Amino acid sequence: MSPPALPREPLLRLRDASVRLGQVQALRGATLDVYRGDFIALVGANGSGKTTLLRLLHGQVAFTGTREGLAAGAVQAMVYQRPFMLRLSVANNLHIALWLAGVPRTERAARAAAALQRVGLAALSDRPARVLSGGEQQRLALARAWAVRPDVLFLDEPTASLDPGAKREVEALLEGFRCDGMTLVMSTHNLGQAKRLATRVVYLDRGTLAVDLPTARFFADHVDGRAERFLKGELTWSLE
Amino acid sequence: MNDVAQSLRTALDLIGSADTVLVRTVALSLGVSASACALAAALGLLAGAWLAVARFPGHRVLLLLLNTLLALPSVVVGLTVYLLLSRSGPLGAMGILFTPAAMVIAQTVLVLPVIAALSRQFVADSLRDGGDQLRSMGAGPLTSALLMLLHDRWAVVTVLLTAFGRAIAEVGAVMIVGGNIAGVTRVMTTSIALETSKGDLPLALALGLVLLAVVALLNTAMALIAARLRDPVGVPVPAR
Repeated sequence: MSPPALPREPLLRLRDASVRLGQVQALRGATLDVYRGDFIALVGANGSGKTTLLRLLHGQVAFTGTREGLAAGAVQAMVYQRPFMLRLSVANNLHIALWLAGVPRTERAARAAAALQRVGLAALSDRPARVLSGGEQQRLALARAWAVRPDVLFLDEPTASLDPGAKREVEALLEGFRCDGMTLVMSTHNLGQAKRLATRVVYLDRGTLAVDLPTARFFADHVDGRAERFLKGELTWSLE
Repeated sequence: MNDVAQSLRTALDLIGSADTVLVRTVALSLGVSASACALAAALGLLAGAWLAVARFPGHRVLLLLLNTLLALPSVVVGLTVYLLLSRSGPLGAMGILFTPAAMVIAQTVLVLPVIAALSRQFVADSLRDGGDQLRSMGAGPLTSALLMLLHDRWAVVTVLLTAFGRAIAEVGAVMIVGGNIAGVTRVMTTSIALETSKGDLPLALALGLVLLAVVALLNTAMALIAARLRDPVGVPVPAR
């Protein structure tokens, strides 16, 4: 099923944005447009600045430069590699997320139920969230994000600590979100995953956005230098 | 030795027959300490949550002071509250010196730093784990901290039990501001001190045994809570 055609209007725009974390220049001179309907995969070695870029786009880190944010009323959400769950039931974790997002009380129950249905956790709604498996917790984190109906969803290596089965479940959900027209920006070390899911790939190298290409072009040897070496190294490792 | 054995037998008889003086003294002790803990909890948990997220000049000094107050001597609290409530003191017009209300105030002052300091510590620890994620969902700093009190509610209960244990076992503050008036402000600890000095060992021993039982009950409750914290499920989840 192909995603519906959507107008290409930018949701977020970064211009020459830099982030310093203590003594480390984590990101320098980042320029990036995020368009509605994009599924951007951020790839690069450890410490290349992927998470910092996500946090910058999400508005969670101090920076210099320009970040032209979402229009008024637009909603964003973020899913982390290790989602934090309150010591409450699955359903109550969702209710808290909806309350924090300002969703009216009358709508919360229906939206929470729909979100749990969407990620296949409806049967576990009364279970303590912290005893769910890693994959289930990540699906709950996705439900928590999906329930607030974000215009853009940021994902920080959402499948990095999951087994192959759970990874496939999460990938299927992300593919579904993309088909619904949600804009997604995800950091990943898994180039196969980037190839399967993303519409654009941004390669980061030591804090700079070195390559920004449509996925097909990125994987068709249209990159050179360090990106090419990274790609070859990762593909070799990934295909084995 | 025979005197001690005889006193112990009489003490057990007093407990077994629910001696009026004994029961009244125990009830007043429990009432005063429970009221003090309830007051201190309302103030201390809020203060602890706020101190976990607030940043202002002198914050570190305030934390140092708060931690120092953990070892606040009860007689110093008693003296301070006495000076405040005495006829010539700033709160002398209230006329509550040598009443249970004065004892509640003194014990509140005594346990408030315990509740504030310990709750600040575990809220700060939990915020290190999940604060970013709560904030990314839209929670402000204080809301995040208050949610962590809900998240760590078993730790909150443990802190409150610790505070209650400190309140009910102290003697200096209630002796000074209560005056140890029979039937009015005489609690277990002040009664034990008085009866021992008078040589009336049976009542002192009986009160001592009840006090020990209360402390043992608190320790059991804390052990059960600690066990529950280690096992987040706690109760079996019904099959669906």
